[in-house]
Amino acid sequence: MELRKNYFADVRRDDLHEIGQPRPRSDSPGHVTGKTAFFADRNFPGMLHLKMVRSPHHHARIRSIDTSEAEKHPGVVKILTAKDVPHNVYTILILIQIGPEDETVLADGKVRWKGEAVVAVLAETERAAQEAAAKVKVDYEVLPAVFDMQEALKPGAPLVNEYHGQNYYLYDSGECRKVRFGDVEAGFTGADHVLEQSYQSSPIEHAPTETTGCVVAPEGNDRFTCYTNTQAMFFTLDNTSIILQMPGSKLHFVGGTVGGGFGGKVDVIVEPIAILGAKLTGRPVCFIYSREEEMQISSPRAAEKVVIKDGVMKDGRIVARKVTGYTDAGAYSRHSPYGAQKGAGHYPGPYTIPNVWIDTYCVYTNRTPSSAMRGFGVTIGDFALEVQMDKLARLIGMDPLEFRFINAYRDGDMKAHRQPTEGAALIECMQEASRAANWPVAEKYMAMSSYVKGA
Amino acid sequence: MALALQTFATVKDANAALKAAGTRYLGGGTLVVRAANEGDVSVSGLIRSTEPSLSTIAVAGGKVRIGASVTMAAIARHPDLGTLAKTARAVGGPAIRNMATVGGNLFAPAPYGDFAVALLALDATVSTDDGETPIETFLAKRDGSRAIVTSVGFTLPPQGGFRFLKVSRVKPKGVSVLSIATVLQQAPDGTVSSARIALGCMADRPVRASAAEKALLGRMLTADGIAPALAAASDGTSPITDPIASAWYRNEVLPVHLGRLLLA
Amino acid sequence: MAKVPVQFTLNGSEKAEFVDSGTTLLHALRDKIGDTSPKGGCHQGSCGACSVIIDGELRLSCLTLAETCDGAVISTTSGLSDSGVLHPLQRAFLDTFATQCGFCTPGMIMAAKVLLDHTPNPSRDEVVEALSGNICRCTGYEPIIQAVLTVARSNSQNAA
Repeated sequence: MELRKNYFADVRRDDLHEIGQPRPRSDSPGHVTGKTAFFADRNFPGMLHLKMVRSPHHHARIRSIDTSEAEKHPGVVKILTAKDVPHNVYTILILIQIGPEDETVLADGKVRWKGEAVVAVLAETERAAQEAAAKVKVDYEVLPAVFDMQEALKPGAPLVNEYHGQNYYLYDSGECRKVRFGDVEAGFTGADHVLEQSYQSSPIEHAPTETTGCVVAPEGNDRFTCYTNTQAMFFTLDNTSIILQMPGSKLHFVGGTVGGGFGGKVDVIVEPIAILGAKLTGRPVCFIYSREEEMQISSPRAAEKVVIKDGVMKDGRIVARKVTGYTDAGAYSRHSPYGAQKGAGHYPGPYTIPNVWIDTYCVYTNRTPSSAMRGFGVTIGDFALEVQMDKLARLIGMDPLEFRFINAYRDGDMKAHRQPTEGAALIECMQEASRAANWPVAEKYMAMSSYVKGA
Repeated sequence: MALALQTFATVKDANAALKAAGTRYLGGGTLVVRAANEGDVSVSGLIRSTEPSLSTIAVAGGKVRIGASVTMAAIARHPDLGTLAKTARAVGGPAIRNMATVGGNLFAPAPYGDFAVALLALDATVSTDDGETPIETFLAKRDGSRAIVTSVGFTLPPQGGFRFLKVSRVKPKGVSVLSIATVLQQAPDGTVSSARIALGCMADRPVRASAAEKALLGRMLTADGIAPALAAASDGTSPITDPIASAWYRNEVLPVHLGRLLLA
Repeated sequence: MAKVPVQFTLNGSEKAEFVDSGTTLLHALRDKIGDTSPKGGCHQGSCGACSVIIDGELRLSCLTLAETCDGAVISTTSGLSDSGVLHPLQRAFLDTFATQCGFCTPGMIMAAKVLLDHTPNPSRDEVVEALSGNICRCTGYEPIIQAVLTVARSNSQNAA
C-alpha cells in the first residue's frame, strides 16, 4: 500500500500516533485459537430448540391452525402462535417514528410471502422440533400474488399489505420521495442529446458463514439474557421491548461478535420469539436459522429498478437528469422506506447538474422482505449512474473519465437537495485513478482541484 | 423418532436391517447426514456395514472393481486409476473427497454426482448382493433401489480414450453447471468408431447423450466433424434449474463445452 | 433415546462420552465436550467451518456421526497452540490480517494444517486447492492464502 501525501497536505496531520499506523486487530487472537465466543457457542442445560412452521404460499388467508397433533409429539414443550405474542404487529423503524406497524411476528389471519413465520415449535431436541413442526396443520386459502413492482403499482393489483392500504410506502411527501431542483424539462429541451435508459437488479443474499440466531437464558428473576449475533444490538433490544411489552431493564443483550453480517443481521427477527419462548417455558431457548433459512428467509438486498433520463451537451455538460427509482421492499417495510429515501438523497450522483428531478418509490410485493445490505439504496443506483455516464460519454464521443471531470461536483457547488458540497475530493481521486490505471486525461483535468472553481 | 445408527459387519446383515421402515444406508454421510441435518424426518434409522470388501480397489487385466465405500480421495491417489483422478478430484473440496463414496455418488441428485457421470460413460456395472446391473438401468431405477451397492466395475479404456470436463462458476471448487464424460474409440483413419457420452445436470441424474453419440459415428474429431453431434447434444435431455444455472443456460452452453472436450 | 459410548483422542487427550445415536461429531464436540472451535455454518457440507482432522484426514464434523469416530485421533484448532504459544499457522493468520469475523478461521486453519502436514512447501495452486472447501465471506481469500504461504516459506527455509 502506498500513501500519496501530496493531496490535501494542508489539512492533514502527519504526527498522529494511531491513524496511518498498522495495528493488530484486537479480536484476532481469539479467532485464530477458536476461543472467540459466538452466540451459538453458549450452551445451557435443558436448552430448548425452536423451529418455525413457515408459509408455503406467497399470499394466502389462514383459515385455521391446528397444533393439537404437534403438541402431543414427544419432546414438544411449547407451541406459539400469533395470540401468544403480546404486541404482534410491529415495524422496526417505529423507533425513529417511521410507521405504520405493518409486520407480524407470527402470521395472524394472513401470510404475505413464501416463508413467513406462522407457528413456533419449542422442543427438547432439534429433531423433535422438526418432527412436530411437520405435524402442525395450517389451512390456507391461496390469494393472488404480485411479484413485479410495476405490476404492483397498477390499479387493481392484489393488495399486499393492508397496514399500508396501497402497494407503496406513503411518505409525508406522497407516493414517493421527491427532489426538485431547477427546471428539468427546460433542461431536456435545451440539450443536444437526451438519453433515457432503465436498469434493474435482483435481490442479493448476504450469505454470512454464521447463520442468524440467538440463545436465550432466563436469569431466574424475570430477566432474560439474549446472546445474539444481531448487528443492531440496541435497536433489537428496544424493538423486543415493544413486541414483548417488557421493560428494557428485563432484557440483557450480549453480542457484538457476528460471524459475517453485511447488513443481513439488522432486522429484529429471532430474538423476540426466542425470548418469549424462554419466558413462557422458563427454559433456555436457541433459535438458529438453518442454511436454507438464511438463504431463503433472511432479508436480501432489495431488487431495484432505476430509470435515468439525461440531457447532455456536445461539450460534455450534463444539463438535466431525471431519475425514477423503485425499491422492492417485499411484503413488509423493515428498512426499505429508508433505503428508497437514501436513493433520493444520493441521486444525481457525485455530479453537479443544474436541473434535477428525482422520484424514489418503496414498493410492496409478495416477495421475501428486503432490508439492509452494504450501502443499500445507493449501491445499485451507483451501478446504474456510472453505466449511464459511460453511455453518455460514448454518445457524445468523449473519453468517459474526462466526461466525469467535466461534471464532477466540487466544493461550494449546490447539490440537488440543496446541501452545499464540501470535502468532495472527487477530482483528486480521479486524478490518482488516472495515474494508477494508466488512463491519461488532458492536462487541464489534471490541473483541476476540488477547492477552486475554474482552476 | 430420533435418529439412530446401526453398524453391521456384513452387507448381508445390513441388507436385512434395511428392510425396516424409515431406514437408509449411510455411506460417507454427505447425502444422508445432510438430509437429517436439514430436517428430513422421514429417515429415523441409519444402517451401515463395515465389511472390508466395500473399501477395496482391485485393478487387474484392465478390469477395475471399486468397493462402494471407497472415497473420492482414495480413487484420486490410487496409482492405477490415473484416468479417473481428475474426475474424483472434481467432486467437492478436500474434506468432502475424504468422505464421499463411490456408492453414494450413484445416488447424488443433480447438480451433484459428477463421478457417476464418468461411470456412466465407462458403461460400468453396479453390484449388489442381488447381482450386477448395467449402470444406465441402475440410475434409471435408483429411487426404488433398496439393496446395498457393494461395488462398481468397468473396463479401463485405452490411454486417452476417456475424457472428463466439469463446468463450474467457481474455481477450483464449484458446484456443476454441467459435467461431461466421454469414452471414444477411433478407427485407424481417425474416424470415431464408438462413442459413449454421459452428461451431468442435464436431467435429475446422469444421462447418456444418445443422439450425439450416433451423430459422432464415422466422423472425424474436427470442428466440422463434430458439428452434427453438438447440434444433437441436448436432444432428449431435461436439464435442471437450480441456483447455479437455469435449464435454458445449461442447454445453451452444453454444445460449447462438449465441443471443447471433443476437440481437446 | 439410545445412548452410545464414544471414545476418542481429542487434541492429545482421551475423551469418553455417551451420545445419542445419530449425533454428529460437530454436536458432540461443541455441546458435549465443550470444544466450540469447529463452527456450524451450513450443516450440509458446503462451508467447511466445521472442518476437523480425523486420523490425519480433513473431515467435515457436521456430516460425520460421532459414533463412527470411536478410537479415532481428532484435532481441532483449539488444540493447536501449545501452552499459550501460537502455532505458526495461527501466528501467520494473525500477522497477515487473514481473519475478519473469525467464523471461518478455525476451519481454514484445519484445512491449511492438513495440507502442510502432507506438503510442507506447497505451491500457491496447492494452497488454493486445499482451501477450496472452506468459504470465507469477509476478508476475501487472498490474505488467507498469503498466511498459508508465509508458513510454507518458513518451512522451506527451516529445511534448507
